[in-house]
Amino acid sequence: MRLRRLMSCATLALALVGASSAAHAVTEIFWWHSMAGALGDRVNAIADKFNASQTEYKVTPVYKGQYAESMTAAIAAYRAGNAPDILQVFEVGTATMMSAKGAIVPVYKLMADAGEKFDPHAYIGPVAGYYSDTSGRMLSMPFNSSTVVLYINHDLFKKAGLPDKVPATWPEVGEAARKLKASGAACGFTTGWQSWAQLENFSAWHNVPFASKENGLGGLDTRLEFNGPLQVRHISELANWAKEGLFTYAGRTDEPLAKFTSGECGMIMTSSGSYANIKATAKFSFGVGPMPYYPDVKDAPQNAIIGGASLWVMSGKPAQNYKGVAKFLAYLSTTENQIAWHEGTGYVPITTAAYEAVKKSGFYDTHPGFEVATEELLNKPPTANSRGLRLGNMVQIRNVIDEELERVWSGQKTAKEALDSAVSRGNEILAKFEKTSG
Amino acid sequence: MKRAVFGSRGLPYALLAPQMAVTLVFFFWPAFQAIYQSTLLQDVFASHVQFVGLENFRDLFADPLYLASIKVTALFSVLVAGFGLAIALILAVFADRVVHGAAIYKTLLIWPYAVAPAVAGILWLFLLSPSLGILAHVLTRMGYDWNYLVHPKQALLLVVVAAVWKQISYNFLFFLAGLQSIPKSLIEAAAIDGAGPLRRFWTIVMPLLSPTSFFLLVVNIVYAFFDTFAIVDAATHGGPGQATDILVFKVYQDGMQAGDLGGSAAQSVILMTIVIVLTVIQFRYIEKKVRY
Repeated sequence: MRLRRLMSCATLALALVGASSAAHAVTEIFWWHSMAGALGDRVNAIADKFNASQTEYKVTPVYKGQYAESMTAAIAAYRAGNAPDILQVFEVGTATMMSAKGAIVPVYKLMADAGEKFDPHAYIGPVAGYYSDTSGRMLSMPFNSSTVVLYINHDLFKKAGLPDKVPATWPEVGEAARKLKASGAACGFTTGWQSWAQLENFSAWHNVPFASKENGLGGLDTRLEFNGPLQVRHISELANWAKEGLFTYAGRTDEPLAKFTSGECGMIMTSSGSYANIKATAKFSFGVGPMPYYPDVKDAPQNAIIGGASLWVMSGKPAQNYKGVAKFLAYLSTTENQIAWHEGTGYVPITTAAYEAVKKSGFYDTHPGFEVATEELLNKPPTANSRGLRLGNMVQIRNVIDEELERVWSGQKTAKEALDSAVSRGNEILAKFEKTSG
Repeated sequence: MKRAVFGSRGLPYALLAPQMAVTLVFFFWPAFQAIYQSTLLQDVFASHVQFVGLENFRDLFADPLYLASIKVTALFSVLVAGFGLAIALILAVFADRVVHGAAIYKTLLIWPYAVAPAVAGILWLFLLSPSLGILAHVLTRMGYDWNYLVHPKQALLLVVVAAVWKQISYNFLFFLAGLQSIPKSLIEAAAIDGAGPLRRFWTIVMPLLSPTSFFLLVVNIVYAFFDTFAIVDAATHGGPGQATDILVFKVYQDGMQAGDLGGSAAQSVILMTIVIVLTVIQFRYIEKKVRY
């Protein structure tokens, strides 16, 4: 009898404790991202600062692997009813996320419902435009945006007797590569992310279409058009350079960076986000410049299109989570946080206010080359060919382009054959996407 | 064959139940899911799902790249199984004859089996990497233009070497055990009768080794079709230009990376059918030649 009394008292006490702690429970918000290494540390720092600044919400960043793996995991989790609140999706996944009606909560709606201040015009044009629908409403929150730049190895340039400036045009790049090879460098020019750098951004930079319907921003019935005369000319030129040994192909994504940081290649065209990596690992002085262009093309250089990723909000979570998500997204866009993120990583500042503030602080004078990416994005007001890309199943299309380009570098196909084949294979993929999203 | 006798009626079924449960959940259920999904056309979030019957299969067989992938897989599995078995057999025959330090040789030859396939792929990637690899350096010195990122045949060579290297240990173990179970008296009798070593090998050792060889052939074919996925993913990603795009890798690429779940499911159904047919052929026709 005594024991039973004791037990019931203990149970009541426990229940009371449990109930009171439930009333003050912190709402946990899960953020799945793909920022590895030093970038991941920065992400954790941002979340910690947010958590410390208030007591209602706790943002927990989770590193889920690279962009493609993380997106696959999130899709599987969503289908199992277990999606994260915030998901970082790379720019090529935008069309897939946008057409997933019901699976995502558009950011403009989220911010409006939560009563958070949100002005799409605060974001720089190319960044906002990429992630907005045709009515100009932003569907995802830009986070880390980069674009393609040209890095050069100053030491190898000096050895080859080349002037100390970054080549501005493609003929100049060819000349530099020749002199570099003649002076004994192992490789003259290489490129990372060949589809993004040599076709997608190349088309925007020269104001020629990559795909119809404003590169897909205008409708689901877009079809590929990157086998135009200028792109064929450019890929043929690179193929000739490959034969001459001036251009060394070293991989589809980020692998070629190792050839540059090791001092083998004198020039590399790759993401501006690699700046931090190069600074840390290269044992030589390096320079940064904008993408080269063909001077005989009328509108070149136009403006660059972004790469990187944005943050999407998944649907199906409890209502109170969304207030916290809105608060956190507003926190990320404050000028102070934007400045810290940009200066620490090499990703571009995504708000105009942050960009102006960094300029005023003189940061760009002490860090030459840091501003190149932003200048490329803002070079000229975007045209229908340079506002961005929005193609469904873009990961698969990039695989197709990579495969066809590899056939060009190995001499199996001419540039025209490869690009025509890539366009027709890609169009089948787009047609399938249109069918499944219609 | 001795039959086990159980007391109660239900006991045998109860003992089998856990194994059956595992087989049902981890083998049959996913297989049926794949067959079901191969008849659908859907977006990745399952917000638009349409039933399309056999259209995914028809699209696959009309796709020249899928047929090319079948050819690459056939070539790849013949090379991997062929070289894997031949090299392992030669090594087993040598190891069988060694008297001094036999244990050392056997241990060293068995080690690669403990290496995970992804690690094996990376290992050979580093050895043969055009910019960093030691072997690549040697090959370039000898005058070969070694760059497997550009030359499709070199990429195929890389994955075949990595896959064979891993599997030799497994085959070696079984061949060695098989060789050691052959009565020495038979071989000695043949030697006395004047048969040379090669003759002794082909007429006595090989037939007695046939159960082991048959078993290893089945295992190696399944290995070449399925377990080599990690090697291709770590080393070449199916490139360059699809030269190493074996069927199992294509299933992953189209399903997980490209999000084409219907097409990917159809590919895995076809792959499953191919391997089942191959195994049935092996059991029906080749097993007849095996002498137990």
